[in-house]
Amino acid sequence: MATKKHETPLLDQLESGPWPSFITGLKHLASDENQQYAPMVNSLLGQLEHSYETRKGYWKGGTIGVRGYGAGIIPRFSEVASKFPESSEFHTMRVMPPAGMHYDTKVLRQLCDVWEKYGSGLIALHGQSGDIMMQGISSENVQPAFDEMNEMGFDLGGAGAGVRTSMSCVGAARCEQSCYDEAKAMRMVINNMLDDMHRPSLPYKFKAKFSGCANDCVNASHRSDFAVLGTWKDDIKVNQEELKKKVAELGRKGFNDQVVNMCPTRALSLNDDDTLEIDNSSCVKCMHCINVCTKALSVGDEKGVTILVGGKRTLKIGDLMGTVLVPFHKMDSEEDYEWLVELSENVLEFFADNALEHERTGEMIERIGLVNFLEGVGVDVDPNMVAHPRTSSYVRMDGWDEEVSKWNARKGTAAAE
Amino acid sequence: MSEAQEAPRMPDECGVPDPMQYMHPVLKKNYGAWDWHDRPQVGVLHHVAKSGDEVWTIKAGTQRQMDIHTIRKLCDIADEFADGHVRFTTRSNIEYTVSDESKVEPLIKKLEGEGFPVGGTGNSVSMISHTQGWLHCDIPGTDASGVVKSLMDAMYHEFKHEEMPNRVKITTSCCQINCGGQGDIAINIQHTKPPIINHDLVSNMCERPAVVARCPVAAIRPALVNGKPTLEVDEKKCICCGACFPPCPPMQINDPVHSKIAIWVGGKHSSTRSKPSFHKLVAAGIPNNAPRWPEATEIVLKILSAYKEGGKPWERMNEWIDRIGWPKFFEVTGLPFTKFHIEDWRGGRNALNASSHVHL
Repeated sequence: MATKKHETPLLDQLESGPWPSFITGLKHLASDENQQYAPMVNSLLGQLEHSYETRKGYWKGGTIGVRGYGAGIIPRFSEVASKFPESSEFHTMRVMPPAGMHYDTKVLRQLCDVWEKYGSGLIALHGQSGDIMMQGISSENVQPAFDEMNEMGFDLGGAGAGVRTSMSCVGAARCEQSCYDEAKAMRMVINNMLDDMHRPSLPYKFKAKFSGCANDCVNASHRSDFAVLGTWKDDIKVNQEELKKKVAELGRKGFNDQVVNMCPTRALSLNDDDTLEIDNSSCVKCMHCINVCTKALSVGDEKGVTILVGGKRTLKIGDLMGTVLVPFHKMDSEEDYEWLVELSENVLEFFADNALEHERTGEMIERIGLVNFLEGVGVDVDPNMVAHPRTSSYVRMDGWDEEVSKWNARKGTAAAE
Repeated sequence: MSEAQEAPRMPDECGVPDPMQYMHPVLKKNYGAWDWHDRPQVGVLHHVAKSGDEVWTIKAGTQRQMDIHTIRKLCDIADEFADGHVRFTTRSNIEYTVSDESKVEPLIKKLEGEGFPVGGTGNSVSMISHTQGWLHCDIPGTDASGVVKSLMDAMYHEFKHEEMPNRVKITTSCCQINCGGQGDIAINIQHTKPPIINHDLVSNMCERPAVVARCPVAAIRPALVNGKPTLEVDEKKCICCGACFPPCPPMQINDPVHSKIAIWVGGKHSSTRSKPSFHKLVAAGIPNNAPRWPEATEIVLKILSAYKEGGKPWERMNEWIDRIGWPKFFEVTGLPFTKFHIEDWRGGRNALNASSHVHL
C-alpha cells in the first residue's frame, strides 16, 4: 500500500544546489514502497519539515540499550508522535569504525543490509566522535541489529558519562609524516577501556584521540581529554638537492616568506647556496616546513609521541586546550605501546576517582592544579608543561630544597643514560 | 528447546575493529613506510612509498547523512575504480585510493558525474564538520545538515579549488555545547533569552541538584511554585547558555526567534606554526533562518573573501588576523565591533591588549 507522502516544501529547497543533498537521500528512502523503512522515513521527513516550519526540535531521550551494555544507543522518542507516528522511535546506534576509517565495499554493503532490514536506511559517516552513526531504528529492532553487526566484528561506541569512541588519523597507512602506529595505539588504548565505555560510570565523558604529528588531523589537542600526537626527537631530515629545487620553484623570496620566516622558533636559515640550515635544538616539530617541502624535508628517525591532557569545549568553565603531560616518549617497541596503555589507564583512573560529577579531566586539573594531577598519575614535572613559569609570588614554598634534589637526581639519571 | 537457544546472546566485546582487514592492499603493504607526497591537482593526493609503490587518493565530498543507496553507489564506484576499498576523513569526505594513475581521471569524472564533488584538499575549504540538529538531537537550536548543505552550496567553488591562503576548516553547532568544535569559521547557535520553565514538569523530570550544579553562573535555585518543588532562574545572572536544558527539558532554551546564530573565527587545532587557538566571536544576532540561512551564509562568504584576499600563503585564519590585527579584520569584513566582543568570562583579562601595540 502506498503511503501518503508528507508535503515538505521547506526541505525541498535543500534539494537544489550542487552539494549532495541529504534530503534527496531521505526522500529516496521514503519512496522505497516495498521496504520496511519507507513509512518511518516518510514520517521523519514530516517531523523535520515541522521543525523547519516552527524552528524547534522535537526529540527527547530515554533509556534504550542492548543486553550487557549500558551505553552506545542514543534513544530518541518523538514529542510529536501523534502527528508522525511511524518515526515515534528513531534511535541512533553508535558503532565504532575500524581505526583510520578504512573499509572495503563488502563490509560497507553489509552494514547497509543490516540497516535496510532493521533501521531507517540512514547512516552518517561519521559522527563528531568518530562513530558510524546508524540513525533511526525502533526500540524492538535495536537488539537484533546489534547482534548482526556484532557478529560482523563491530562493537558499540560510547555515550554518556563514559569513555567515548576514538579517532586516529590516516597516519602510517598513507602518510610519511606519521610518527607512530596510530591505529595500533588507538586500538590498544581504547580496547583496554571498553568496560568504561560499555558500562559507563565515570564522572563525565572521557575522550582520547590519536594524531600522527602536530598537524593533528583528528583535532586531538582540543577535542580530547587524552591527546596523543606524534613527534620526533632527532633532527629533521633534509634532502638538500630536493630543497634547492623547492627554492627554485618558490624563488628565494618565496622560500623565505613561506618557509624560513614562518618557522615559529626561527630555527631555519637559507644558506647562500640554497641549502637549508636547521637549528634542530630550537625546532618544536610544528611540521610547517615539512608540510611545504614534502620531498625535501621529513620527520626524524627517533619517533615517538607527545601527550596532552584536558582539552574540551565550553561546558562548564569555558574552553580548555589540552596541555602537555608527557613531552616525549619514544614509540619503538611493544613495551612502549604498553607504557601508553598504562599511562592512559592511570589518567582514566585518576579522573574516575577524583573528578566531580559532570567535570571533565581538564576542569578537574584546573580545580586541583596540575601538580596534584601529576602526583596522582605518577608523572614528574617538566618545563615543557608550561608556557612560562609562575608570575605570582603568592605561593608557599616549603620543601623547595627537596624538589631541587629531585630535579637534580632526575637530571643525573638522564645524563647517565 | 535446548539450553543454548534459551540463553540470550551476550555481546562480543570486540572493541575497535582492526583496519588492516579492510585497508587497500598497497596501503597495507607500505604501512609505516611512506616517503613523500604531493598534490598533482585539486582533490588528488599522490603518495610515494619507500618501496617505490605509488598511490593516488581522490577525495570527494558527501552529504554525511547518507541513505543506503548513496553508500551503495559509492561502493559501486570503489568496486569499479578503486579495488573495492574506501576511507572516510574526519570531515566526512570519502577517499578512493588507486595504484594506477590512469584511473585518476576516469574516477574523478565518475564521481563528479554522480554528484560527488572532488576537492577538499590543501588550501581549499573542506567539508564542514557538523552535528545532528533537528534531524536527531534532543536539544538543538537549529538544524545541522541543512545549514551545512546551504553553506557548501555557497562554497562549492572553494571546495573544488585551492585558492585560499591555507586550509579552511569550518564547523557548525546547533547549541552552545559546540559539538562541531573549533573552526577557522564556526557557525553556532547563541541563545539570547533565559529558559522558559514549565514548573509542572520540573520535579518529575529533573534531578534538581544536578541542574543547579550545571549552571556556569549559579543562576538556578530550588523554588516552590503552586505548591510544587521546581527550579527558578535569576534572569539577571542568566547568560542564556542553555546548559540547564539537557538535564532538565522543562527548562526550554530554544526559541524560534531568540535562538540566534553567532559566527566565530580563528579556531585552529594543529600546532603547526602557531599553537592551537580557540575561535573568537565576530558576529552575532543572526537570524536562524531555515531552510537556507542566507544571512549567516552571507557573513561566512564575506569573511572567506577577506581572508582569501588578504591572507599570505600558509597563514591560517587566526594567523592572518594576528598579523593584520582585529581593527583591520572588522574593517575589511565590514562587521561591527561591539561591547559583546570583549571577553568578561574567567581569564578574560588575558584577552585584552596589554601593550602599546595598536593597529592605526
